[in-house]
Amino acid sequence: MNIFVCVKQVPDTETKITPTGDGSFIETASIKWIMNPYDEFAVEQALLVKQLNPAATVTVLRVGSVKDTEALRTAMAMGADDAALVEAADNLDSYSIAKALKGAIQKTGKSPDLILAGKQAIDDDALQVPQILAQMLNLPSVSVIVGFELSGSALKVRREVEGGALEVYELATPCVLACNKGLNTPRYASLPGIMKAKKKPMAQYSLADVGVSESDRRVKYSQFKLPPEKPPGKKFDATDAGKQRELVSQVVGLLRTEAKII
Amino acid sequence: MDFSLSPEQNEIRELALKFARNEMLPRAQEYDEAGTFPREIFQKAWELGLINTCIPSAFGGSDFSSVDSVIISEALAYGCMGMNTSFMANDLALLPIVIGGSEAQKKTFLTPFTKEFRIASFCLTEPGNGSDAGGIRTQIKDGGDHWLLTGEKMWITNAGYADLFVVYGTIDPTLKHKGISALVVDPKSPGVELGKKEDKMGHRSSDTRAVRFNSVRVPKENMLGNPGDGWGIAMSTLDHSRPLVASSALGGAQRALDLSVQYSKERTQFGVPIAKHQAIQFMIAEMGMKVEAARLLIYKAAWLCDQGIRNTEIASYAKAFASDSCMQITTDAVQIYGGYGYSKEYPVEKLMRDAKLIQIYEGTSQIQRLVMARELLK
Ligand SMILES: Cc1cc2nc3c(=O)[nH]c(=O)nc-3n(C[C@H](O)[C@H](O)[C@H](O)COP(=O)(O)OP(=O)(O)OC[C@H]3O[C@@H](n4cnc5c(N)ncnc54)[C@H](O)[C@@H]3O)c2cc1C
Repeated sequence: MNIFVCVKQVPDTETKITPTGDGSFIETASIKWIMNPYDEFAVEQALLVKQLNPAATVTVLRVGSVKDTEALRTAMAMGADDAALVEAADNLDSYSIAKALKGAIQKTGKSPDLILAGKQAIDDDALQVPQILAQMLNLPSVSVIVGFELSGSALKVRREVEGGALEVYELATPCVLACNKGLNTPRYASLPGIMKAKKKPMAQYSLADVGVSESDRRVKYSQFKLPPEKPPGKKFDATDAGKQRELVSQVVGLLRTEAKII
Repeated sequence: MDFSLSPEQNEIRELALKFARNEMLPRAQEYDEAGTFPREIFQKAWELGLINTCIPSAFGGSDFSSVDSVIISEALAYGCMGMNTSFMANDLALLPIVIGGSEAQKKTFLTPFTKEFRIASFCLTEPGNGSDAGGIRTQIKDGGDHWLLTGEKMWITNAGYADLFVVYGTIDPTLKHKGISALVVDPKSPGVELGKKEDKMGHRSSDTRAVRFNSVRVPKENMLGNPGDGWGIAMSTLDHSRPLVASSALGGAQRALDLSVQYSKERTQFGVPIAKHQAIQFMIAEMGMKVEAARLLIYKAAWLCDQGIRNTEIASYAKAFASDSCMQITTDAVQIYGGYGYSKEYPVEKLMRDAKLIQIYEGTSQIQRLVMARELLK
């Protein structure tokens, strides 16, 4: 059984984001990179499947810059068998990333039985890659899954929908699943795991190697800038009982015209 | 010269910090208040390979360097200095076996610690002999085919939960240091009597007790080295363990610094965040300076240890500087928090209580200065 897990490396959640001087991207020099938290659920699910099917292999894939390989190393330290990295700028669009992932899977020469990913990456929050990848591979996909049961090639997954309701899907492998929090509890990479990961193979490709070119870009970023700073809140003195009525209508008026929330 | 950590050391640090943040920090206050021994957390850390860092790979360990071990200890202490005292006590007890044990003893006593979760205690201090460890009274008598151990130990970390003790005693008190010898003792042996759990100011989740040995029979093959080798083994153990203990103070100090930075930006007085007041800035600057200096001293002491170069002097600098700095930094953290800092609702009072112990155990700050002066003036 060939399991692929797509992981993205994203800035640590505590990072203070600053756009570059020309606004073309964000400053990356001092960023601490971590594995996208939703991808940890995907890695864990793959490892749980492997525990029950010792012959299964888990390959982690990532498209991004080579400077840090934190996410892939972490996944291998958790227990993935090998990894492939497609070297690319960190501001690639979802379509190109999906195409690169597809190319990387083909490069391994293994036909995928299960492809897992996080439901979204917490940096650009696009929520697109798993679905585009499924479409490109002509495979079924379910996203935002919180439950997973596999027997043979029959799969039952649960996904959360608005209002807390659950949808249950039955489908067959191969397929693409995008994982949500609640699916499992990701394990820590143990220290012996970290040591072992050093010796695990990591293939490296260029975008050209996996058949992606600049013309594949569907989305170009035009500018990165921080949202305007929030103006300080307004205070109203309501100690004078005689003026309270007037104050209330003033506040309601501002909520309508300025805050535009009613 | 290169001050950077290796990629693996960075990963080790990340893992230990993640563990500290997720598993230790959220429970530190509650375990401290109730004095609960953190057995499950201890075991979970062991499962991840964060415990018993001194065991060589030949006996199932991970061959961590001393620098690796201080990186881990700092991170775990960031989660809770008290829990880390229990964790470190394992290394403190196993180090004498790593340093002074025969191959057969290492195999017998170290390997089980890599196969299953086990707890150990280092028993040196006695009611009447703390700083003057050379004056210990616990007697080791030759009983023919066994040793007979009689005496009382005090302040023994992990004693109530230990699966193994390393006990220092003397074959003849008139020989002073030259009579001191080290035995590996099974805590379940007849004649071993545990005192009550001490009700402590800080590190309340770690278990500390007196232990009495009433003519305890110990197998002959459980002596580390020869009779009289104990002092050398104990001193060498301290050279290894002082950087470790210092890094625990560093972890606590780093936490106090991080909390102070955060709180001083949030708390407003006189119309501005208190971080805008220069008096607060100066306290924070002082904290940063001391944390960084302590870290460099600790890394150097550990690095010397890894190079096989005698580190007694630097290890004492590291231990005294880190623990004294931790005391100052955590005290200032309480100051920065003001009245809230004095309340158990906020995390800094615990840091201040925990800091105090590190100036006391493993050689008080005064004893470290004696060691330094002896090294400098010899
Ligand atoms: C919570 C806790 C856990 C501990 N865990 C362990 C453990 O696991 N194993 C173990 O063996 N021990 C342990 N200890 C014991 C610890 O190492 C000793 O408490 C410490 O070495 C100090 O000894 P003492 O308490 O007898 O103080 P004393 O030696 O009586 O010292 C009292 C004071 O006199 C000062 N002083 C003493 N001699 C001199 C001198 N020559 N010059 C200047 N000042 C001096 C000291 O610095 C101190 O301020 C623990 C202690 C505590 C509190």
